[in-house]
Amino acid sequence: MKPRLPLHIGLLATAGLLSAGQALAQDASQDPVQLTMYYPVAVGGALTDVVDDLVEDFEAEHPDIDVEAIYAGNYDDTRVRAMSAIEAGEAPQLSVMFSIDLFDLIEQDVIVPFDDLVETEAEQAWLDSFYPGLMENGRLDGKTYGIPFQRSTIVLYWNRDAFEAAGLDPDQPPETWEEMAAMGAAVHEATDGEQWGVMVPSTGYPYWMFQAFAFQNGHRLMSEDGTEVYFDDPAAVEALEYWVSLAEEHEAMPDGTIEWGTLRQNFLEQSTAMIWHSTGNLTAVRNAAEFDFGVAMLPMKTQRGSPTGGGNFYVFKDTSAEEKQAAMTFIRWMTAPERAAAWSIETGYMGVSPAAYETEALRDYIETFPPAAVARDQLEHSTAELATYQGGRVRRALDNAVQAALTGQMTPAEALAQAQREADAALRRYAR
Amino acid sequence: MASLNPDRRMQIYGALLMLPAAVLLATFAYLPTIATLINSLFLPGFRGEPASFVGLENYALLIEDDTFWQVARNNLFYAVGTIPTSIALALGMALFVNARLPGRGFVRMAYFTPTILPMIAAANIWMFFYAPQIGLFNTLLEGIGVPGVNWLGDPAVALSSVIVMTVWKEAGFFMIFYLAALQGIPPELEEASNLEGTSRWSFFWRVTFPLLMPTTLFVLINALINAVRVVDHLFIMTKGGPNNATNLLLYYVYENAFSFFDRTYAATITVVILLVLAVVATVKFTVLDRRTHYQ
Repeated sequence: MKPRLPLHIGLLATAGLLSAGQALAQDASQDPVQLTMYYPVAVGGALTDVVDDLVEDFEAEHPDIDVEAIYAGNYDDTRVRAMSAIEAGEAPQLSVMFSIDLFDLIEQDVIVPFDDLVETEAEQAWLDSFYPGLMENGRLDGKTYGIPFQRSTIVLYWNRDAFEAAGLDPDQPPETWEEMAAMGAAVHEATDGEQWGVMVPSTGYPYWMFQAFAFQNGHRLMSEDGTEVYFDDPAAVEALEYWVSLAEEHEAMPDGTIEWGTLRQNFLEQSTAMIWHSTGNLTAVRNAAEFDFGVAMLPMKTQRGSPTGGGNFYVFKDTSAEEKQAAMTFIRWMTAPERAAAWSIETGYMGVSPAAYETEALRDYIETFPPAAVARDQLEHSTAELATYQGGRVRRALDNAVQAALTGQMTPAEALAQAQREADAALRRYAR
Repeated sequence: MASLNPDRRMQIYGALLMLPAAVLLATFAYLPTIATLINSLFLPGFRGEPASFVGLENYALLIEDDTFWQVARNNLFYAVGTIPTSIALALGMALFVNARLPGRGFVRMAYFTPTILPMIAAANIWMFFYAPQIGLFNTLLEGIGVPGVNWLGDPAVALSSVIVMTVWKEAGFFMIFYLAALQGIPPELEEASNLEGTSRWSFFWRVTFPLLMPTTLFVLINALINAVRVVDHLFIMTKGGPNNATNLLLYYVYENAFSFFDRTYAATITVVILLVLAVVATVKFTVLDRRTHYQ
């Protein structure tokens, strides 16, 4: 890591140079446009460096635009930072925020649709260039509010060495729910309980993991317009029962909740043979794993499936036309195929457009490291991440239900019925 | 101005001296309190509409909110778990490092270190202590053949785990106050009681402890405030889970305000917290103050 001035000092220095140079400048309108952007990091690792490097490259190419990229914590922290800044009248011009913040941001009336910013045909073509699966969480009522940036799906990481030691085929990850339970149990048994079979995180984003189980059972948890949820459907109950059974019945997974934040470490220290986690962890796992591991699509019940996840670019309303144009330039640059490819290689997040996977860099990378393509291949089986109005309340209701069931406080059916009641209450004013 | 008599001038002088503090307090304590109180009487605007006045409806909702009551119970348990333990521990540590012992400065520093760490950093460290398979505690337990515990993932123990971490974090801070107070106790008292042949226990109980009472009162109030005010560790360790088992009042306020975008309900809970704290503080100052011996 090369030493670098903190951004704000850099900006101050730039500002100082500018005012000094102003007398010489022929045209005052050449002042760079100042953009402020908040962005989150949800998976740990040195992703802030990657973003800072990208921003620096952008500024070198576009001296007329200054971008101050501010790391703001996880997705929730970033929402808080951005919303507080807006309320204080210091609105950023753009930000990377949780894709599912869409409904709340629209309800607070703080973002603009990209359709209003698009002027040229090239820009329209760019807007249409992303994977449709990644646009689901960014669109509402026919308008596009979010441009995919750090997007992921859930994938299964498995430890080939552990599989081999337990007498399983190291090249054969589980294809179905039954297989995953059986393989997990086999690992746990073969190691006399030293090593767990599988861990699915149930803190941080439990609703996200649960969505995967439900969708694999052919069930979508919410309506497209974000006004209804279907938590207590029998297919959802069956999905939660399976999740609980991994610990209760099959002894493939430990009891209680499993921490999102330490799960990667669990996998790296081989205390579990399989984990479900964001593909955004891929590069970090690759760099630290001292064993042979593989990445696979999640197993299926009636179909393959994973929700997409991650962050989108948003442009805020309280922004001048000039700043909006600059923001567009920046977002287009950041999501261009070459950058999307570089970002994907550095992190494990998905290349957001088919064109990104056609770049030489990413093609070569996938050739030497095939797991990098799993998230993309799984995209055709993906569903939108749980996003509704009153999203915080609705997700919290589902999170609580998942945790109550996993810790044995309630049966899956009771827990989901309660979550349904709470979500219905939160959404009662929104039913159309 | 020459007509002002000296009395009046002193009064103005006094008022001017108080002015800076009064302005700051009004701006950052009283005005927000009043704004919160007013906010709690509204419902947030629906789809861009302005907020609507609903009187005490938020309070009625609060009374029926099971989560609120669970969170309030959690907070009570948390206060009962952290306050006496951290105070007793702080006093014990202060007595220990006040005595002559080798490497006294080092021990004092060791006890104080947790206080210097930011809560977020401490929580991150403890999260790995508590991690079920790879964590320190379970590795130690395994060493003596005891099966591990899912410290933060089992609703039956999660809150206690958070309490232990908090006590570890806070005791060193309170120790500093006790240490300062102990050094303010005149050594003649101990010499005199030694001449009289007083036992160490009764010297502590009859002399040291009463003389420390003002410190204890101060620490007690600080500990109480912290039990309600400091929730940083929840963001890292549990996010209030599993299923609200470790959710505390202020974290619930945060969730309502920033996750659920329900500022007015958050304001309602805040008002209730303020009321409870005001009552407790009043009781403390009236009852305990009478039993406190100021030198």
